[in-house]
Amino acid sequence: MPQTLKVALLGSPNTGKTSVFNTLTKLNQKVGNYPGITVEKKEGTWTLSKDFKVKLFDFPGCYSLNANSIDESIVIETLLNKQDQDYPHVVIVVADVENLKRSLLFFTQIKGLNIPSILAINMADRMDKKGVEIDIKRLEKELDTKVVLVSARKNTGFEKLKQVLLDYKTLSIREIFDISKIDSNYFHDLKKTFPKESLYRLWLLITQEANFTKLKRKKITDTSDFRTLSTLSLKKLQQKETIQRYVFINDVLKKTFTVNPSKAKSIGSILDRVLLHKVFGYVIFFAILLLIFESIYDFSSIPMDFIDASFTQLSQWVKHSFPSGNLTHLIADGVIPGIGGIVIFIPQIALLYFFLALLEESGYMSRVIFLMDKGLRKFGMSGKSVIPLVSGTACAIPAVMATRNIENWRERLITILVTPFATCAARLPVYAILIALVIPDQGFYQSLTLMGLYLIGFVAAMLSAWVLHQSFMIDKKSFFVIEMPSYKVPLLKDVFYTVWEKTKTFIVEAGKIILAISIVLWVLATNGPRDNFKQAEEFITQQDTTDQSIDLEDQIQSYKLENSYIGILGRSIEPMIAPLGFDWKIGIALLSSFAAREVFVGTLATIYSVDSEKQETIKERMANEKRADGKPLFSLATGISLMLFYAFALQCMSTVAIVRIETKTWKWPLIQLFSMTFLAYVVSLFAFQILQ
Amino acid sequence: MISLDLLKKEQSAIIDQFETEKLPLKLIEMGCLPGNEITLLHRAPFKDPIYLKIDQSHLAIRLETAKNIFVRLKT
Repeated sequence: MPQTLKVALLGSPNTGKTSVFNTLTKLNQKVGNYPGITVEKKEGTWTLSKDFKVKLFDFPGCYSLNANSIDESIVIETLLNKQDQDYPHVVIVVADVENLKRSLLFFTQIKGLNIPSILAINMADRMDKKGVEIDIKRLEKELDTKVVLVSARKNTGFEKLKQVLLDYKTLSIREIFDISKIDSNYFHDLKKTFPKESLYRLWLLITQEANFTKLKRKKITDTSDFRTLSTLSLKKLQQKETIQRYVFINDVLKKTFTVNPSKAKSIGSILDRVLLHKVFGYVIFFAILLLIFESIYDFSSIPMDFIDASFTQLSQWVKHSFPSGNLTHLIADGVIPGIGGIVIFIPQIALLYFFLALLEESGYMSRVIFLMDKGLRKFGMSGKSVIPLVSGTACAIPAVMATRNIENWRERLITILVTPFATCAARLPVYAILIALVIPDQGFYQSLTLMGLYLIGFVAAMLSAWVLHQSFMIDKKSFFVIEMPSYKVPLLKDVFYTVWEKTKTFIVEAGKIILAISIVLWVLATNGPRDNFKQAEEFITQQDTTDQSIDLEDQIQSYKLENSYIGILGRSIEPMIAPLGFDWKIGIALLSSFAAREVFVGTLATIYSVDSEKQETIKERMANEKRADGKPLFSLATGISLMLFYAFALQCMSTVAIVRIETKTWKWPLIQLFSMTFLAYVVSLFAFQILQ
Repeated sequence: MISLDLLKKEQSAIIDQFETEKLPLKLIEMGCLPGNEITLLHRAPFKDPIYLKIDQSHLAIRLETAKNIFVRLKT
C-alpha cells in the first residue's frame, strides 16, 4: 500500500501556479468546496513512486500570509492547524521568474512555518528572453531549501521537481527570517508566555485581523508577562516586518540573481499603449465582447440543433422499444427531455468559458479593469466589477463568487446585487426558442433581438447599480490595487482545463436540479386528484364532440393534463399572468423556472410531450400551440413579454443561495429576489399590453 | 518631495515615505517600499487610476491611495 504524501501548492496570482498544477495532475483533478464556505477546493493525485501517492492541493493564489480575503484566509487556516486533514507534509511555492523578489516574500513567510518547503521557479523558459541569470546553488544555500526551475509552458523541470519531492525528508525546516528582530521586547515577552510555541505561528494568529472562516481560533490575551498591542501598533509592526523581509531578500538576490535590463523591455509596453488608449482601448474592448457573443451564437447553433433532435429521437426510441408502462413513460417523457434541456447548454457555456479564460490568461482582463474603474465608480462599483459582470453572462454563481476580489464592501455588495441582470447562459435557450418562434428569420432581426436582450440586461444592471449607489448609506474605507501581469500567449492546456472543469461543474449542479424538477413535474402532470382525471377517456368519449378535426386521443390527453395536479396549479395562477399574455402552461414553466431558468424549455417539453404522442421537436410543438380563439399562443407580444420577464426576474435558486452565503444574511438575496421579479412583472405587463 | 498622484506620465521617482495608517499592507508587500524606484506608466483615460511600475511589480492604484505615498523626483 503506497503512502499518501500531502503536498500544498502555494503561490501568488499570475505565477502560473495553476499551470503547474495542471501539468502535474493532468485530468486527475477534483474540485469541491471548503465546508461551509464557497472557496473552491482543488486537489489532484498522481503516483510518484511505488511507495508514494501524492495528493496535491491547489490553494487559492495569495501574495502573503497576511490574509486580505477569504481565499487567502483558507491558506493560513490550513497551514496554522496541524490537525487539519489537509495539513501538508511538503509545500511547493511557485514563483515567477520575472518577479522573483515578490514571490520570495511569500516564501520567507512559508519557511517560517517549519514545514519542508520547495521553491519552484516557473516560466524558466522566459529567462533567456528577459536576460535573467540565477545562481541556483547559491540561492538554495541562502534560502536553505531546494530550488527547481520549471516551465509549465515547455513542460520542463517537472522530473526534477518530482525527484525533490521524493526526498522530502531531507528538506530543511529551519526558519530563515527571525521574526523577533522586528521588536525584541515584544517577542521576548511572547516567548516567555508561550515557551513551547513557534513565535511566527503565534504572530500570525495575533495579526490576522478578520476571521473569515468559521474555525475557532486560539485567543491570545494579556498575561503577567505579555501585553497585547493596539491594532495600529500591530499594523506598524507588520509593515516593519515586510520591509525587513525585503531587506533580507534584496541581499539574497544581490548574490544570486542578475538581469540584463536592455533585454527586459518587451512588446508589452507597446500593447499597453494601444489597449489602454483613451479611445482605441474602449473600442477594442467592446469589439472583443461583440466578437465573443457573435461567435457563441454562431458556433453553438449547429451542435444545439443536433442535441435537440437527438434527444427527441432518443425519447421516441425508448417509447417504442420498451414495454409501455409507468417507468418507460417517466424515462421517455420526464427524464430524457429534462436531461436534454441541460445538455443543450454545453456548447454555449463551454464557448463562453473558453473566451473568458483567454481574456484572463492573456493578462488582458487586468487592462480592462484599469480602463473601466473610473467609469464604474460612478455607479458605485469598481473596475474589478467587470469580471463578475462579464462572467455573469455565463452564470451568475461563479460571477457572484468572483466579486471577492473587490476590496471595498460597498462596491462589492452593489456588484453582487446587480450581477444577476447580466444575460446568463441559462436564459439563452429560453431566448433562442422564443426568438425562433416569434421573430421573423430574415435580415438580422433574430441576432439583433438577441443583442438587444443582452443590452437590456446590461442597462438594467447599470441603472440599478446607480440607484443603489445613490441610496446606500454604507461607507467603509478601503483601497484598490490590481496587478498588471505581463501579456502572455494563453496556454491552451490551461484554457482547456478551465473550460472542462467549469462546464462540468455547471452541468452537474444544474443537472441535478433539472432532473429532480423534471421528475416532479412528470409525476404532477400524470396524476390528478379527482375522479374525472381517471375517467378522462369515458368522459371525452361520452361527450358529443362537434369538432371532428381534433384527434380523439389528443383530446383525452389534454383533458387529462388540465385536470392533473399541475394543470390545477397552472390554472389557479392563470388570472395573475394572463395580463402578461401567458396561459397556464407557460405559468407552470414560469413557476418551475424559479428553481432555475433553464428548466423552462424542459418543462414545456415535459408538459407538451405528456400532452401529445406525436413525433415533433419542442419548437414545432410550441408553434402549433393555439389560444382558445385559434390564434397562435406564441405571438410577437407574448414572445417579447416572456423574454422580458426572463431578462429581469431572478429565477434561480442557486443565485439566491450564493448571495446568501456571500453576504452572510437573508436580507440581500430576498430584496434582490422580490425587486427583480416585481420589475419583471411590470415590464412584461407593459410590453404585452402595448404590443397586443 | 511630492505625493505620487502628481507624477507625470513616464516620470520616475524614488519612494520616500508614506502615511502608515492609510497605506494597505498589501501595497507594501507588492513592493511599495521606501527607497524603491517608481515609474508612472499610464494614466487611465479619466486620469484615474494610475498604472505604476514599482521595483519589479506592475500594478494600478487609485489616486486616493496614491495621495498617501510621497516620492522624490529623480534628477
